[in-house]
Amino acid sequence: MPTKLSRRDFIRLCAGSAAAISLSGYLAPFIKEAAAAGGPPVIWIQGGSCTGCSISILNTVHPDIEKVITEVISLRYHPNLAAGAGNLVIEEMYKVASENRKKFYLVVEGAVPVADDGAYCIIGERNGHHLTFVQAVKELGSQAAGILNFGTCSAFGGFPATPPNPTQCKPVRDIVKNVPIVNVPGCPPHPDWMVGTIAHVILYNELPELDAFGRPTMFFNKIIHDNCQRRQYFDNAIFAKNFGEPGCMLELGCKGPFAHCDSTTRLWNGGTNWCVKAGGVCLACTEPQFPAWPIYERLPELPVGPGITATVDQIGGVLAGLAVLGIGGHLAGNIYTGRIGPKKNQDAKEGDE
Amino acid sequence: MAQTIMIDPVTRIEGHLAVEVEVDGGKVVNAKSMGMMFRGLEIIMQGRDPRDAAQLMQRICGVCPISHATAGALALDNAFGIEPPPNGRIIRNLIFGSNYVQSHILHFFHLAALDYVKGPDIPPFTPRYEGDYRFPEDVNQQVVATYLKALQMRRKAQEMLAIWGGKMPHQQAIVPGGVTEVPDSQKVAEFLFRLQELQAFIDNEYIPTVKAVAEAYPDYWDIGRGCMNFLVYGGFPLEEGMDHVSKKKLFPSKVYVNGQLSDLNIDAIDEAVKYCWYEDDTGGKKPTEAVVKPNTAKKGAYSFVKAPRYNGAPMEVGPLARMYVMGEETITQLGEKAFSVLGRHLARALECSMVAKAMGEWVTQLEAGQPVCTPHKIPDSAQGVGLTEGPRGSLGHWNRIEHQRTAIYNAIVPTTWNLSPRDDQDQMGPMEQALIGTPVADPNNPIEVVRVIRSFDPCLACAIHIMTPDKQTISSFQIG
Repeated sequence: MPTKLSRRDFIRLCAGSAAAISLSGYLAPFIKEAAAAGGPPVIWIQGGSCTGCSISILNTVHPDIEKVITEVISLRYHPNLAAGAGNLVIEEMYKVASENRKKFYLVVEGAVPVADDGAYCIIGERNGHHLTFVQAVKELGSQAAGILNFGTCSAFGGFPATPPNPTQCKPVRDIVKNVPIVNVPGCPPHPDWMVGTIAHVILYNELPELDAFGRPTMFFNKIIHDNCQRRQYFDNAIFAKNFGEPGCMLELGCKGPFAHCDSTTRLWNGGTNWCVKAGGVCLACTEPQFPAWPIYERLPELPVGPGITATVDQIGGVLAGLAVLGIGGHLAGNIYTGRIGPKKNQDAKEGDE
Repeated sequence: MAQTIMIDPVTRIEGHLAVEVEVDGGKVVNAKSMGMMFRGLEIIMQGRDPRDAAQLMQRICGVCPISHATAGALALDNAFGIEPPPNGRIIRNLIFGSNYVQSHILHFFHLAALDYVKGPDIPPFTPRYEGDYRFPEDVNQQVVATYLKALQMRRKAQEMLAIWGGKMPHQQAIVPGGVTEVPDSQKVAEFLFRLQELQAFIDNEYIPTVKAVAEAYPDYWDIGRGCMNFLVYGGFPLEEGMDHVSKKKLFPSKVYVNGQLSDLNIDAIDEAVKYCWYEDDTGGKKPTEAVVKPNTAKKGAYSFVKAPRYNGAPMEVGPLARMYVMGEETITQLGEKAFSVLGRHLARALECSMVAKAMGEWVTQLEAGQPVCTPHKIPDSAQGVGLTEGPRGSLGHWNRIEHQRTAIYNAIVPTTWNLSPRDDQDQMGPMEQALIGTPVADPNNPIEVVRVIRSFDPCLACAIHIMTPDKQTISSFQIG
């Protein structure tokens, strides 16, 4: 779709920090123009989810959600916004899909439970039968121009897919093949990541550049630890021992050293705060295995690639692997030089005296 | 002849709900509330570090995560034998209160209002049920404008929350023993700045809009009566102390059954499963010992939601229950009309204003430089209960810790109470009861039915849980 905004400028805008330039009023007119010229329709479905991703996108600031749904995208179905209910909306959803074959984008929120033929998540009734979520993802997904997985659950399986995975939840990429997929993980994703991805699709009718896990690089090419406000504490080896204390959060369980996203500079909820700034630990909620690790235990080992893990103490040996995922060498360097001590003993870890 | 109407999915709620009603002579004569999604999150908690509960269990629901983070943290506080310092208690209340404000605004305007006003003629506001939209065009326009403004307002309520919680949905700050964020004057100012704007919106636009709906739809004072029993665990502690039930709270713990108010007895709760897709021998258990063995081949069963009862009685929970048992005058003066669709909407709006007002006082009680969190040690084995009030009603989390790991986790959530199916005595759940007698003008557009359903503010992701202490696999079943 022709537009006056070059893709390079678009990515520069999206990758910038929220307060300054990203997704600002500057971007909105271009999106509106593209949408007026017939931007693709969007169908949004929810499965094994908590609705958090939908609530998060409501928090978008520039453009605000009113503009997004009235001017930017043609949102043909969303379970929380749809005025209708029952058969009315299910039939409409399928009609939109068949009339816009390979033209519409499907947003999927939530993991896909496949145990017992998908009976653990039924999203409606169609032709007198239960419509399972797995069936809807297959039928709608295969007709879509592309699938946008919003949230870690649809992207990677997320919380419901965590062992023992009681309902055999799968990520969408295991359900639909041969359709372009973007993963916008996060628990939930930042509204800018979702709106930015939608905007890219509307402006260029093409998926943005992706990393090895299918995430748009414009949002997920940074490591939390590299840009953390508490970074200076780490460099000075000052570690918080209790919640509410100043210091690097590593000893309390922070997963910032292997988490990819730009929350450190983008900030959340209109620039008010973000996880570690609030004294919390990073959960690495944008990573494929989230939340398989203990949240408040000190990082014992790092997943550095599919099927490969390394303990912090050995990490110098896998620098190459880390570099592939963009983890800065300084972390490993610091570990190697002994700045981060060896893993604490059991008592010290669990007591917080 | 009776006609059966199936509404699947019920939209503009959280989660996956289907409702089947039987209509005879233009009125609902039978109703079934069906929970259609199940994730088994409590099973995932088993064997994990117990402290993960506050963070992970909040992911039960993205609309009211704070309820679960709070109940989860309270259960851990209880198991660890600790309590937050005053700053920790107050900041937890501010985080929770901010979410009340966003959740109530979101519910009335974005989930419920489109049953009474016509939205813009563009998707996703079309297609819609045809029905008796009673506002004249100019008033309709005005409410749609407020709908759009409310989108901004609820966003600001989430910003207010993030000042203390880090981010929203799914805050980072609530931990066993208190919170992680520390108070300072800038945060207090930023918080108050937004709170002021929200308080004005609630008092000058939200409450008046509810009253305008009530004027145009006065018959809904008599529709959606329900079971007329109320359960309130109590919430927003105003003082220190380990006994949740007896300590002073903004919402006191109370029970209202058969017209009588009494004190809360937590041991009076059990869960029935006769009409649920779970094995019969798992019914009648207390929350601490409840076991779930799914079986959807079970004859007569129709929901994943269990049927909790208080001394055998179905209980309504939520804003109406809270306002009624604490004696909020506008609500109690309504008499029997309080037990209605409009009673629920009005109670929710009044409560929203009440919580906002209280937060303005609480935030000034914070003391910079004082601790926000009590250090903890994970006991080898322990048991904990966390009771609180979510925006949708009474919420309880129960945990058991063995070998410093979670052995059992269980949550009984507001929507489990409100949307429960029939119990072992064949008594319908509160929402099912509320549907009986609802007039339905056009079975193809059952707008009256969804008005009743949405007055309860259902949250299905919350309502459906499962736990198995012995890690058994879920049995196979067919639906059809």
